[in-house]
Amino acid sequence: MSAAANAPAIRLLNLTLGYDRRPAVHHLEGEIAPGEGLAVCGPNGAGKSTLLKALAGLLTPLGGKIHFGGLSPRAVAYLPQIVDIDRAFPINVRDFVAMGALARVGLFGALNAAELVRVGAAIETVGLVGFESRTLETLSGGQMQRALFARLIVQDQPVILLDEPFGAIDAATIDDLLALIARWRAEGRTVVAVLHELEIVRRAFPRTLLLARECIFWGDTRDALCERNLVRARAMSEAFDERARECLRDEFDAEDRLHVH
Amino acid sequence: MSLTPKIACMFTDVFVTPFADYEFMRRALVGSLALALSGAPLGVFLILRRMSLAGDALSHAILPGAAVGYLVAGLSLPAMTFGGLFAGLVVALAAGAASRFTTLREDASLAAFYLVSLALGVTLVSLRGSNVDLLHVLFGSVVGLDDAALLLLVGVSTVTLILLAVFYRALVLDTLDPLFLRQTSAFGEFTPFLFLALVVLNLVAGFHALGTLMAVGVMMLPAAAARLWTRDLAVALPLAAAIGALCCYGGLVFSNETSTPTGPAIILAAGVVYFFSMIFGRAGGVLRLKRPRRHLEG
Repeated sequence: MSAAANAPAIRLLNLTLGYDRRPAVHHLEGEIAPGEGLAVCGPNGAGKSTLLKALAGLLTPLGGKIHFGGLSPRAVAYLPQIVDIDRAFPINVRDFVAMGALARVGLFGALNAAELVRVGAAIETVGLVGFESRTLETLSGGQMQRALFARLIVQDQPVILLDEPFGAIDAATIDDLLALIARWRAEGRTVVAVLHELEIVRRAFPRTLLLARECIFWGDTRDALCERNLVRARAMSEAFDERARECLRDEFDAEDRLHVH
Repeated sequence: MSLTPKIACMFTDVFVTPFADYEFMRRALVGSLALALSGAPLGVFLILRRMSLAGDALSHAILPGAAVGYLVAGLSLPAMTFGGLFAGLVVALAAGAASRFTTLREDASLAAFYLVSLALGVTLVSLRGSNVDLLHVLFGSVVGLDDAALLLLVGVSTVTLILLAVFYRALVLDTLDPLFLRQTSAFGEFTPFLFLALVVLNLVAGFHALGTLMAVGVMMLPAAAARLWTRDLAVALPLAAAIGALCCYGGLVFSNETSTPTGPAIILAAGVVYFFSMIFGRAGGVLRLKRPRRHLEG
């Protein structure tokens, strides 16, 4: 499809993210290549969701930068972990999936025939044919997840961020959605997903970032998910140090560099 | 004389004659209809956004602004309108900003702001003037609408309906999935403020007719009643406006018949429709939930 061809390389430069000065992701460096399938793994509280939120442009970094290769952060389709959607809202599946067209249609434009075709195709791809006129509150958890994926298809963005897309989803649905992710990758899109199910990571994502506030390992999935790395990630302390002092690592790094040169 | 013309005559006496005979009744009808037509759809959105009490809070917040206007210029429409508008917008903006930049949620900051605002308003009104003036500000006087007040009501109603139509998609998306709108569209951040501004505008227009305390009733009660009859937003919005209009008419007739104050009469009429809908409503009324129809085959 159209937007897929120009997926940018996303570069994280000494990225520190957090809330209220407390770092949730500390001094992260790396590059997500165009069209890469990257899994982000790690224990709870490791900063995985925070990283995705920042990639979606919803969180300003405490330090460092994210380089999008000239693309706007809005050219990213983002599926949050806890979707803050009021399921009782009176909207049907077709209209909900059509929300994905917002970036192209805008708040005031009409949904033209091409967009409607796209919406219909997306609903068919995720296997929700026959559900078009049902309201969201009549959907099961798995069906809702399919509807959210259909919206991602309609968004048609070169970069797709998924935050724990398979929580409480049955095996058949997971297989369908993984096939969809594989199709996105084949189209040249970059897919970054936070995942806890290591089996799925090994199956579907060639690259893995193992995160425990700091980067434990970033590379090929087979190397990342070895026992030694997983033990190191698990050892991360979740609690904040109430008396933590200001982080001076950047200054020390600068000094080191001075000494070397 | 047979019975039928007699009943017809009584009917006309109660439902038509007051409006044909008295200009102030006609003005009251036009003013309250304008208010209901724009206020009730806003109420539908307030309910969907789980902000039913925010309208109430904002209606209290308007008071000190109107009071300052009153202190400066007496019972003057422009002064009190401008003051009320200013105070309402300040509180709406401050509460929105406080929820974004502090740890308090929006409902907590709204409650804090409106309580302070209400206390300030009552204090200001009592600094000068009698209790009668206070009653006027609190309960309005729908039968005392002059040309200027009427134009204000109709103008606000028109502007509200136009903006609701133009920004309908933004409002729906912001209500359904605010994070998605914020991530996808630059306008996302502003939508809540636009909505609150419309609510304040309607409350300010409403307090001349119904008073600060009652204006919010025309917004919420028809909206809540409409939601009990339909699950479809495109039906709920006009239905709420229609129910609101009906209640205004019914309330005016009742108040004329019983010589009771008009504002409370209109709200009571809306209350009757609301309780009726609560029992008989097809989409969530008590009877439908208690005695559901037979389940389907598949």
